[in-house]
Amino acid sequence: MAHSPPKTPHPDTLAVHAGQSPDPATGARALPIYQTASFVLPDTDTAAALFNMELPGHVYSRLSNPTVAAFEERIAALEGGAGAIATASGQAALHLAIATLMGSGGHIVASASLYGGSHDLLHYTLPRFGIATTFVPPGDLSAWRAAVRPETRLLFGESVGNPSVEVLDIPAVAAIADENAIPLLVDATVTTPCLGRALDMGAHLVLHSATKFLSGHGVVIGGVLVDGGRFDWDRSGKFPTLTEPYDGFHGIVFSEESPVSAFLLRARREGLRDFGACMAPMTAFQILQGLETLHLRMPRHVATTAQVVSFLAGHEAVIRVHHPDREDHPGHTLARRLYPRGCSAILSFELKGGREAGRRFIDALTLFSHLANIGDAKSLVIHPASTTHHRMDDAALAAAGIAAGTVRLSIGLEHPDDLLEDLSRALRASQK
Amino acid sequence: MNVIVEGCPAYAYTGGQPFDPGKPAVVLVHGAASDHSLWHYPARYLAHHGFCVLAVDMPGHGRSPGTARTTVAELARWLDAFIAATGVAKARIAGHSLGSAVALELALRHPEHVSRLALLGTSAPMPVGEAFLAAAKDGSPAAFDMQATWGHARQCILAASPIPGLCLVGAGRQLIARTRPGVQYADLKACQDWVPDPAAIRALATPTLVVAGRRDQMTPMRAGRALATEIPGARFTALDAGHNLPVEAAREVAHALRAAFA
Repeated sequence: MAHSPPKTPHPDTLAVHAGQSPDPATGARALPIYQTASFVLPDTDTAAALFNMELPGHVYSRLSNPTVAAFEERIAALEGGAGAIATASGQAALHLAIATLMGSGGHIVASASLYGGSHDLLHYTLPRFGIATTFVPPGDLSAWRAAVRPETRLLFGESVGNPSVEVLDIPAVAAIADENAIPLLVDATVTTPCLGRALDMGAHLVLHSATKFLSGHGVVIGGVLVDGGRFDWDRSGKFPTLTEPYDGFHGIVFSEESPVSAFLLRARREGLRDFGACMAPMTAFQILQGLETLHLRMPRHVATTAQVVSFLAGHEAVIRVHHPDREDHPGHTLARRLYPRGCSAILSFELKGGREAGRRFIDALTLFSHLANIGDAKSLVIHPASTTHHRMDDAALAAAGIAAGTVRLSIGLEHPDDLLEDLSRALRASQK
Repeated sequence: MNVIVEGCPAYAYTGGQPFDPGKPAVVLVHGAASDHSLWHYPARYLAHHGFCVLAVDMPGHGRSPGTARTTVAELARWLDAFIAATGVAKARIAGHSLGSAVALELALRHPEHVSRLALLGTSAPMPVGEAFLAAAKDGSPAAFDMQATWGHARQCILAASPIPGLCLVGAGRQLIARTRPGVQYADLKACQDWVPDPAAIRALATPTLVVAGRRDQMTPMRAGRALATEIPGARFTALDAGHNLPVEAAREVAHALRAAFA
């Protein structure tokens, strides 16, 4: 017998309202920016109870803040998660996840097709703290499985990789994570919950650079880490930070306090408390302004991208276009299955004439802005090999699907005709 | 802490303080498809304010192994055995939803073991919707969605959470979904089949507090108020929350229980 779940608010409604009530003090309908470092403690008994996690509430804005909490609860609702923690940047969200799950001796298996900053953290910086990473081709499931070691504590990949737009088979990699009793963390910055929910596909944790499509206007730096609340830390037995007494909080065992919220509790009570990479209230407000229109913006982003992809693929100056809309893209079928409404407003392509043609192309663009970012209302262009991914050697670049002449575009919200005209003119210039 | 009850281990969360039978004992009883973590904040608060807290996981729930009991009477008998196994002679008992039925039934059967009573999100009897029960019987995930959605104030996902950063409906659903197969149905069926004795309720001498959520979609506030009027001398408090009071109104519940159990 089929059973219908109860009606719940649609994602569009969640994007506008989740996690926010009219301000109880003033009735303000817009979210107030609680621009305060700290919160008055009504009496010493309540103060002690708030610090000791006997009562919920705000104490100090590094740990929590009402404006930031509204963003956390909204993205948690949109992702179908148990809760979220906002961070100073997407990089801070990745670091917070890793630092909560493991210490020296830990090991990560990660997709080789990552944002350059994430690759830097995993490849260059974390080994100094005793955490090693094995990079695997994201589409090679046997490589994921083979790379898992006894000390592996996390699988990590991007829902859609940047810049080669590789599509991660989240259900399949999540199954490998489940087989090994370790969580899968997915960076869903490119897809956003509007195009697909990684937790529903089997991921256990999700992070975003909220700087990108969530805020959507290129005005802030921020990140967020969402916990699905589904992973069984006790049964896994591999995460003493969550299942054994923590001296830093009176011997608390987080999985005993809450099997669902253990990860979030430790990440907030240790990670935000000690590393301090919290989000500012003004930042949360600005991201929320963007988030309210996520479900209007993303369809436009991907629809215009489809036009750009089609245009570039048919242009004589272009050797190859990397985007799952293309039938020759290795992620084409997978993308259709996981992201039926479209999967990316990011694409890359290779020009005839290599690096020099790329330079002429970028210099000739007028509507596209040449900068290191994606997910803006404004269309963006960059040459990854010399900028976002310049610390990668040739082998790592190849593993990430980046050639010397690869150009990355992030398609914005301008009229498609104007974008195509700009691209057309610059492509002609690139071949002169 | 763990004790042996009816031959099987039983777990209780002590609120971050060691078990101390020298303090007044408070037993917290969760509802259907739940566990001790429902009481997270109130348990910690009471444990750090002079009480010996035992937030129990009923058989087959949370960290307690075993088979879920199928009637309120069986659960009350088990709870009585649990309290005896801890060495506590007389306890203050707070129950939520199904747990409130269990706590009330224990107070009716063994008033000598219950010094005070707090019934949260309660109703006597405690009927369960037909579609909800059918979905739980079939082990359908829709039953998790129903409990998570109706178990909180209507559209609470659209409001600010009292626990910063936590999506109450999302977290609540994950707790329900962790329940072992068949346990949610056993719990709901126990609610549905419970036939409280009105005459015994009208004769109850245990000091009782009834706490209701003004926006409760499962045990409506009027049901809690009606029960409070039946229990001699019972006090009634309504909070701005839905059914999942220990989470949705953790702060108010902590304060109310501290006052009621002082």
